[in-house]
Amino acid sequence: MSHDERAGRRDDERAEASAEPGAAGAPAFEAIGLTRSYRLDGGVQVDALRGADLRIGQGEFAAIVGPSGSGKSTLMHLLGCLDRPTSGTLLVNGVDVATLDDARLADLRNRTIGFVFQSFHLLPRTSALDNVALPLVYRGAPRAVRRERARAALEAVGLGHRLTHRPSQMSGGEQQRVAIARALVGDPRVLLADEPTGNLDSRNGEEVMGLLERLNEGGVAVVLVTHDADVAARARRQIRVRDGRIERDT
Amino acid sequence: MRTAEALRMAVEALRVNRLRSMLTMLGVIIGVLSVVILVAIGTGAKNAVEKEIAGLGSNIILVVPGQVGLGAAPTQSRLDLSDVAYVRRVVGDPSKVTVAVNSGEPVRVGRVEVFATLTGTDENMPHVFDRPLRRGRYLTGTDVDTRRRVVILGSEVAAKLFGDVDPIGRQVTIAGVRFRVIGVYETVGSTFGVARDQEVHLPVTTAQRLIGLPRINGIAVGASGPDEIEPLRQRVVAALAARYPDETFSAVTQTQLLGTIGTVLGMLTGVLAAIAGISLLVGGVGVSNIMLVSVRERTKEIGLRKALGARGRDILGQFLIEAVLLTTIGGVIGILTGVGGALLIQAVSPVPASITWWSIVLAFGVSAAVGVFFGVAPARRAARLDPVVALRTD
Ligand SMILES: Nc1ncnc2c1ncn2[C@@H]1O[C@H](COP(=O)(O)OP(=O)(O)OP(=O)(O)O)[C@@H](O)[C@H]1O
Ligand SMILES: [Mg+2]
Repeated sequence: MSHDERAGRRDDERAEASAEPGAAGAPAFEAIGLTRSYRLDGGVQVDALRGADLRIGQGEFAAIVGPSGSGKSTLMHLLGCLDRPTSGTLLVNGVDVATLDDARLADLRNRTIGFVFQSFHLLPRTSALDNVALPLVYRGAPRAVRRERARAALEAVGLGHRLTHRPSQMSGGEQQRVAIARALVGDPRVLLADEPTGNLDSRNGEEVMGLLERLNEGGVAVVLVTHDADVAARARRQIRVRDGRIERDT
Repeated sequence: MRTAEALRMAVEALRVNRLRSMLTMLGVIIGVLSVVILVAIGTGAKNAVEKEIAGLGSNIILVVPGQVGLGAAPTQSRLDLSDVAYVRRVVGDPSKVTVAVNSGEPVRVGRVEVFATLTGTDENMPHVFDRPLRRGRYLTGTDVDTRRRVVILGSEVAAKLFGDVDPIGRQVTIAGVRFRVIGVYETVGSTFGVARDQEVHLPVTTAQRLIGLPRINGIAVGASGPDEIEPLRQRVVAALAARYPDETFSAVTQTQLLGTIGTVLGMLTGVLAAIAGISLLVGGVGVSNIMLVSVRERTKEIGLRKALGARGRDILGQFLIEAVLLTTIGGVIGILTGVGGALLIQAVSPVPASITWWSIVLAFGVSAAVGVFFGVAPARRAARLDPVVALRTD
């Protein structure tokens, strides 16, 4: 890891990120003809995504909506570089991810993208603080720096009093806020959230949405998947997915 | 990711599955333990034998008829005292050549009887062999020339026949003939299973008359220095071959004996170590097995770590360190218990055990290598997982 030494310092990271080729003025995401097919054990092919063209600018706030099974999560995973497309091109900050090797892809996931999962995905038997600090481990940040920034992130999501709690000792809403704190601890330029309020009641959902809005005001692009019309309405842009295609983009 | 961090994570992972980790380690512990102990026993045996051979004296060449070697049939001796005189002329220094005639006979004092090894020899014996006296005197030329009926007793024979009484000047009976005790040897232990403290020495001429044969069993020659041994050996063998063209003679040196015995015991040690190594290997398979289970169990965690920015290398390192930690902790425990076991064996049993640093280094190195070797496949499997596939696993 060549940038280890600078890990704890935000300004340097920004400078680093903008030094990436094609980064100046490039949109956060640009997808061209993105497809993703799964081959089942029986040999049956499932086309989850059938050619998505999409452009999401820096600092945007977009909601992806659509019926269940339409390919929203599949799209999100591709945008988050957690999955590789079957065909098509994806540029993140102007860089074609197909050209990135494992290490550079990992670096992209670590520094540029924050991902919030529908089912939290926190490490069990691990304190909120250590869960949130995890992305910084892979930057080689010193322990003291990691703890300090994780604490700040947890305080930012209103969980300053839950630092040593384990996931099993927290409510669903609290767990999702820990997950959000983890997504933003590394200071990403975009935050991808797959149904962040899906498992939460309306009060907790409201709190999470408020958090995402505040983040967006801070300049972070936010893309979220939701089934909730009210939640979708709060985004400045709605992208409707149906049957693996982008049906409407307003 | 930093190594210290990976190490901390590995320790944590092992701690979470404490019982499982310990059971897996047990395989490695037993393997390393047996390597250390068996090598210690093999080395101890070798050291003991080498000490025995060295204890005979220095720079000795033993001349015997026939072939000497493992499995060689004993040969009927055709050498007699004239051959000893001949070898004396060949060697040049008569005092450095001595002779042995052997026979087993009961030795009696009153009603006490002891079975002893009778060795007929001469006044030069102490010049060739290292055989200190406790009391009395060695044989003299006159004893040999006049076939005196005198004996020198090994310390054990003396103790059994006379107890605390000083045997010097007393009588013993061998095959109905009375002998006068002129000396008692110091305790020297045994060589090649020959209990030298159970020997009784007498003039070679007296021994031949007692046995009724003019033969001798062997000639021993003392070289003046280590460099002299080999040329002298060749000279003696060549001279005897010239004198008896139809016979074969062997002249073995301590170096040769040490070499042969060393090779045999070295092989034995190697075989023992290899057998122990197999159990270490089995321990390694256990490690591999448990690491595969661990990777499968933690697939989701691996997916999450990758989603958060772990590279394949980081995951590989994490699982490899975990496997190596498992085997090296097992290795260290195995070494400690192995050393302890070897010391215990040394202390309470007659089996000699000698701990060698190389077996410890080797055992540690091998256990670390086992960790890498058997950890690499599961670790690579983990490293290759796709984040989204791993996250979806239930
Ligand atoms: N690993 C997989 N193997 C096979 N088919 C899959 C796999 N993952 C998703 N699919 C299929 O791809 C389609 C799209 O799935 P996806 O998870 O993207 O839907 P979604 O829009 O997120 O739905 P939901 O709103 O219910 O979360 C579905 O038909 C699903 O069955
Ligand atoms: Mg989904």
